[in-house]
Amino acid sequence: MIERYKPAIHFNDVTYSIDDNVILKNITGSFPEGKITTLVGPSGAGKTTLLKLCNHLISADSGEIYIKDKLIANYEPVELRKLVGMALQSAPMAEGTVLENLNLPLALQGKKLNQADAEELLEDVGLGKEFLHRSSKELSGGQRQKVSIARTLVNRPQVLLLDEITSSLDRASLLEIEELISKINQKYGTTIIWITHNLQQALTIGNYTWVMMNGALIETGESSLLESPVNEKVRRFVKGEEE
Amino acid sequence: MTYLTLSITLIFVLIPLLLSKTLRLGLERDTIVATVRSIIQLLAVGFILKFVFDSESLFYIFLMVTLMIVVATHNAQRKGASIKGIAWKVGLTLVSIEVLTQSILLGFQITPPTAQYIISISGMVIGNSMVLAILFLNRFTSEVEDHQDQTELVLSLGGTPKQAIHSQLIKSIKASMIPTIESQKTVGLVQLPGMMSGQIIAGADPIQAVQFQLLIMFLLLTTAAVTSVMLGFLSYPTLFNDRMQLLKNR
Repeated sequence: MIERYKPAIHFNDVTYSIDDNVILKNITGSFPEGKITTLVGPSGAGKTTLLKLCNHLISADSGEIYIKDKLIANYEPVELRKLVGMALQSAPMAEGTVLENLNLPLALQGKKLNQADAEELLEDVGLGKEFLHRSSKELSGGQRQKVSIARTLVNRPQVLLLDEITSSLDRASLLEIEELISKINQKYGTTIIWITHNLQQALTIGNYTWVMMNGALIETGESSLLESPVNEKVRRFVKGEEE
Repeated sequence: MTYLTLSITLIFVLIPLLLSKTLRLGLERDTIVATVRSIIQLLAVGFILKFVFDSESLFYIFLMVTLMIVVATHNAQRKGASIKGIAWKVGLTLVSIEVLTQSILLGFQITPPTAQYIISISGMVIGNSMVLAILFLNRFTSEVEDHQDQTELVLSLGGTPKQAIHSQLIKSIKASMIPTIESQKTVGLVQLPGMMSGQIIAGADPIQAVQFQLLIMFLLLTTAAVTSVMLGFLSYPTLFNDRMQLLKNR
């Protein structure tokens, strides 16, 4: 089903290990361009590692990864990481204000974010401009995540990788973030790859879903596969019998 | 001081031994080993220094300084074992500091080019540099481990390795320099430096002893700054590969 769409990212027989510990084995599959793909699976399935491979924070031991039909190794690292942005679960903040955090991606290139753009970014993520000069240490978990997403958007990435960004949020913040990501996907046509432990979220927000277990890709398809999984392992996982 | 009076000073070793035994601190063996080692090492160094000073040979001066650098390198590099090629990085740092400080001291004729001055000052510079290197490596390796998410954040946003490690590097450099700076702030008020006290006890003019102590303190400021900065900038690139990735097996 996924193959009908042009892939933003394609994995071809990708394996990754640390020492003798195989983290990902023989991963082959695509993330459709302009769509939201949710990535689910038990802890230790290799989901975060897969995102890091997409952002080229790490390199595969074998196999190929294509970003926009171009082999990942053929990109300049800086160029690639601006193209494929990543928001981390811990939403790490640099020391300083929200504005300084938003400015970080441009500061790394010796540029500066202007006030109007910063305010627009905050508005995009549902935060008022009064947050601009607030210390990043004063932000709540949900606000940190929103600033983290806004900061990633500064580079105008075509692919956005989200690593369990709502796992520690209350229900209201979770819904706000879901709405925000859908809005970004629709407004900018950004391809979203979203790791989540929340199967309901994976189902409702995702167009497509990858189910991973023990470093292997078990099943892919439209997110509705989570409602009636064919694969026995996936069925047990969805029923909460496999953690 | 005669060897007889020196042996009486062993009372100062007996006191901690008795305390350790009474309070069951379990430090008796370590105390005895430390005492025996310090007696043997210092007496040996004393005889060697006497030989080198008497000979006034450049070769022996060079040999002594080289030995100091080798031992200091060996000692410091263990703290940074996780950093690739740390031994030569520490060694190069110590050699650079030694060359820099002696060039200034001898070049401006601040100290005479004799074994007595070169070896004594080199010992202080290299010894302090070694401690600084250990402090820096200790802090830097833990900063890198503890703040891996910060490093990856900057890399993921398109930053270079230098930008990604900048905050951890600066914190480690500052942390390793602070003890030197702080101890200089209270010098003379809280403690009298050992070298200055030694000179005064040996009968030197206190003002001369203070002048020399000031020279050493300024020297140690340079030592502190150059050691941590040089070691930092030599070390951080080995944490990354040419694809701007933090190495998994650092």
